[in-house]
Amino acid sequence: MLKKRSHLTLSLIAILLSFVVASVVMLISGISPLSFFLSLIRTMTGMNLRAIGKEGFFNARYLGEFIQMAMPIILTGLSVGFAFRTGLFNIGAEGQVIMGSVGAVAVGILFKLPFYIHLPLAIFVAALCGALWGWIPGYFKAKFGVHEVVVTIMMNYTALYLGNFIIKALPGSDNQKTVKLAATSLLHSKFLRQLTGNSRLHWGFIVVIIALFVYHFIIEKTTFGYELRAVGFNKDAAEYGGIKVSSRIAYSMAIAGAFAGLAGAMLTLGTFDYGRVIGTFENYGFDGIAVALLGGNTAFGIFFGGLLFGGLKSSQTLMQASGIPLEIAIIVSALIILFVAMKNGIDLVFEWMDARKRSKDESH
Amino acid sequence: MEQFIVEMRNITKRFPGIIANANVTLQLKKGEIHALLGENGAGKSTLMSVLFGFYQPEEGEIFVRGEKVDIKSPNIAYELGIGMVHQHFQLIDNFTVVENIILGDEPGGILIDYDKARKQVKELSLQYGLGVDPDSKIEDISVGMQQRVEILKVLYRKAEIIILDEPTAVLTPQEIDELIGIMKNFAAEGKSVILITHKLKEIIASADRVTVLRQGKYIGTVNVKDTTEGELAELMVGREVNFDVDKAPAQPGEDVMVIKDLWVKDQRKLDALKGLNLHLRRGEILGIAGVDGNGQQELVEAVTGLRKVEKGDIILQGKSIINDSIRERITKGIAYIPEDRQRRALVMDFRLDENIVLKTYENEPLSHGLLLDEVEIKKKGKRIIDEFDVRSSEGIDTIVRNMSGGNQQKAIIGREVDLDPLVMVASQPSRGLDVGAIEYVHKRLVELRDQGKAVLLVSFELDEIMSVSDRINVIYQGRITGDVLPEETTVQELGLMMSGSKEVTLA
Repeated sequence: MLKKRSHLTLSLIAILLSFVVASVVMLISGISPLSFFLSLIRTMTGMNLRAIGKEGFFNARYLGEFIQMAMPIILTGLSVGFAFRTGLFNIGAEGQVIMGSVGAVAVGILFKLPFYIHLPLAIFVAALCGALWGWIPGYFKAKFGVHEVVVTIMMNYTALYLGNFIIKALPGSDNQKTVKLAATSLLHSKFLRQLTGNSRLHWGFIVVIIALFVYHFIIEKTTFGYELRAVGFNKDAAEYGGIKVSSRIAYSMAIAGAFAGLAGAMLTLGTFDYGRVIGTFENYGFDGIAVALLGGNTAFGIFFGGLLFGGLKSSQTLMQASGIPLEIAIIVSALIILFVAMKNGIDLVFEWMDARKRSKDESH
Repeated sequence: MEQFIVEMRNITKRFPGIIANANVTLQLKKGEIHALLGENGAGKSTLMSVLFGFYQPEEGEIFVRGEKVDIKSPNIAYELGIGMVHQHFQLIDNFTVVENIILGDEPGGILIDYDKARKQVKELSLQYGLGVDPDSKIEDISVGMQQRVEILKVLYRKAEIIILDEPTAVLTPQEIDELIGIMKNFAAEGKSVILITHKLKEIIASADRVTVLRQGKYIGTVNVKDTTEGELAELMVGREVNFDVDKAPAQPGEDVMVIKDLWVKDQRKLDALKGLNLHLRRGEILGIAGVDGNGQQELVEAVTGLRKVEKGDIILQGKSIINDSIRERITKGIAYIPEDRQRRALVMDFRLDENIVLKTYENEPLSHGLLLDEVEIKKKGKRIIDEFDVRSSEGIDTIVRNMSGGNQQKAIIGREVDLDPLVMVASQPSRGLDVGAIEYVHKRLVELRDQGKAVLLVSFELDEIMSVSDRINVIYQGRITGDVLPEETTVQELGLMMSGSKEVTLA
């Protein structure tokens, strides 16, 4: 049996290839790939390599904004990844994020509580709303065999319009946004803001780290996670082993929804401090699909995948400032996905090169 | 020198860590049926994959019709007139027979000329007596018919040399006879057939010559009419093989499971079991004989809880179990070796130890509450693979997909026997296994019986039923039509009962 190249190697190759192809695209359209990469590095490290040793070399604000941007994407990555492990495709993270935000906003506005109750409650309700929005398609799949992709896509739109309706119905809202949430419900941190040159960085990263550990723990260490993985790999064998397949499917979707709901809490309680009426999807859920795919559905992989996609998303402002159209970042994201999806093909190319090398060695 | 249509000379094919073929030679004459015999892992499939262009050999040469060739891909193999029917069918379920056959080689330009294709398929089917309806959907036809579609695919591409990879593994006795007839038709028409198999009876019944491989090495080529089953078995295994199952007379005790007037529907919501009655005693192996599709699957799934019972009752030690969940039945003592081990019994992408605890991971000490105890799981995995001689490259950490079929089955048997069950349901437990592994399976079943357990053995192979069972029930159209003792019946009598022409009940 030939040893499969690890997902990590293939993901790195996919990223590298996407950078190469994107550079070609940039050269053809007369854009400097160098500026692109410098902008990306500056976004993800805060360092301006054009100003080494000069003033303005390091700007923590970029770093703060980048982390802030990556947080919800890591969480939606966990959401999609969790469902994938049970063999389910959660396209509904988008809607679950929206419902999570709405839940957090409602708690933030409607309750007056001390912060040590208010903030955890808001985060919990966000996770709960997301979980509910994930459980419904899970239940439909388990009970009636309706495909989760169909239901989750429909529920994304339901979430978009229902969410906007609730936001507008909250006391004091206008057509664009709600009133400000109570400060006791927010993840904001003066300390982190000052540390990062007044970026929007907030305490949410603690939630993200906990979520990563919880994800790994549930999947790898619990009987429940064992059951989910068994169902994901082979439903028939899981059933044969006595695992209640339908109930596991519903629970798995609910937990996936909870991770996405937390991403919603990051947005409303951290990045902003009010609920927003949104005209269209903001693609956090869809980025999550890409991140889960790139990260091979492991906590570790999703963490780094989320950072990369967060970096690409957050570097768009800087790129526009240096004359790079924001579509370039989108092209790179798309290319990464394309190459990850082609990993079997990449594996084949490597096998072929190995075989050639071997036959050359032997002929000497 | 005699002209061979295919000659593979001194083929060596290595994979990391193993030599799959070491200096193997195969010479195929035109118009002969040539069997390629060897146990699982002997290198038969590798050799044929080399011939069919899936693998490139490191050493050796291939000649087709006397010319040296370099078969780089299956397309080149097809151009040379070599076609292969794989053990695992490669058909699209919701396509028709014709659509499947022409896939990848569609007649006509942009628009597919279906009429022409259908006509061609019909002619081929008639010419070789395949009896395939070109317009049926694959999902609606039997496994035996699906195999003929695969054969038609090869014929449609004008293959002169037809490789059949373990073709009888999925067939009923009747279908096997029919297939042998079809192969003989091919030979009569001047086509050459390579039959990959480890079943000796079929070789004796069909082949002209046989080439034997063992552990990747070429052992020899013999004329079938000059040899015997016993001699072939010895060549294949490398030692003398005992075909008789070693067992003392059964000492059956009281009834442990009784099935009363059982009605169960199949996948298509038609009645598959129609009032089936049977009883199973402690310390006996009850063999269920019958042609595939007479309700065996439904019986087994009703007992194990995978299928709903419409009417009737299954009583285990005096208590009905039909409302119990699958897990509850496992706990009450029903173990199950399924017929389709890769789909049903194993999570192929799990490690071996994870598969070994598939039914017990919730029990102490393998887990505590919600927490898995990896140390205990590994301990149990190690104990089972030692006790049941399960061999794999990385021990309990091996991904099951990378294990041989025989060792997969040993792992399943280990897991099920370790449940210490009252009733062992074994459905075609030797399917697709080599001689050594089959001996092993039979030995384990007899051991269970000797410990006072009850074994329900479902098999389509009458030889197995006759040699392993202590008592035989014949199933026909969802009912038991015969209850006989193996020493008091014959294969012919069983055959009559299997086709519903005779009923016998024990007094």
